[in-house]
Amino acid sequence: MKTFREEKNFSWCPGCGHGIVARLCAELIEENNLRDRTCCVVGIGCGGFHHHYMEIDALEAAHGRSIPVATGYKLGLPDNFVYTLQGDGDCASIGLAELMHAANRGTPITVIMVNNGVFGMTGGQMSPETLISQKTPTCPFGRDAKLHGNPLKVSEMMQEMDGVAYLARLSVATPTLVRKAKKGLAQAFKAQEEKLGFSFVEILSPCPTGWNMKVVDSYQRLAKEVAEILPVKEFINKVGGES
Amino acid sequence: MKKNKTLVINSARCKACGLCIHFCPKKALSLCGEFNDMGYNFVQSDQELCVKCNTCGTICPDVVLKVVED
Repeated sequence: MKTFREEKNFSWCPGCGHGIVARLCAELIEENNLRDRTCCVVGIGCGGFHHHYMEIDALEAAHGRSIPVATGYKLGLPDNFVYTLQGDGDCASIGLAELMHAANRGTPITVIMVNNGVFGMTGGQMSPETLISQKTPTCPFGRDAKLHGNPLKVSEMMQEMDGVAYLARLSVATPTLVRKAKKGLAQAFKAQEEKLGFSFVEILSPCPTGWNMKVVDSYQRLAKEVAEILPVKEFINKVGGES
Repeated sequence: MKKNKTLVINSARCKACGLCIHFCPKKALSLCGEFNDMGYNFVQSDQELCVKCNTCGTICPDVVLKVVED
């Protein structure tokens, strides 16, 4: 695989879902022959290492501003393929306004939000996606809805945006779901290639270090507890293909 | 003609997270007891038990395992 730099080891913690997402992106870029005209825009956080392991053009945007950078790139080079890879701390908290306006405008870019429920890079603090009663260093007694607010359901919120061509929540909890996630990502890439509009994919991913769990336990939590509140689902598909 | 498949393990990348061992349907994978350059106890496979289903390659977060066809 040309897109993927196999000689460079991932810097993510053992069991991190970012590795699976990076591999899926590299495989899809390779399969669709997009490598020569792909640009990846990454945000700040663990997702910011994504392009280090790929032989593609990449830009590192300021915190939460990947989508405006990607929009500018797409306006300048409309035939190129651009996707952003952001974590939930980057995309759902500081970058939420950019996300919503780009979605409403129908900018033909693909946004991948890797949702692990914590700010992984800085030590697992509470993010907008942290579930109720989940313990983190900034909510040591568990997240309380009265004190900290409720977790934000970004995919559900995005359903109301008219410019969205593909919207899905995917997961990497089991091999079956990983295969499903690849199909979903392929649809999101296709939505941009066919210039149908904005495509947004939320990928549920574990953060064993941030959750203070063993790797296998964190994948089981993702498949059960997290999937109950944030179901794996395809919300909008204007591409028409199977996923 | 039946294709010849092999499971390739790039042990230098392995971080011993144990996901492949957990999800392997034939229990053909185990940690080998030796250490790679990063200091992790990397994974090894039992080629007789392995059915080359690529489940480990699908879930591996560090792109260690993959099934290749000749």
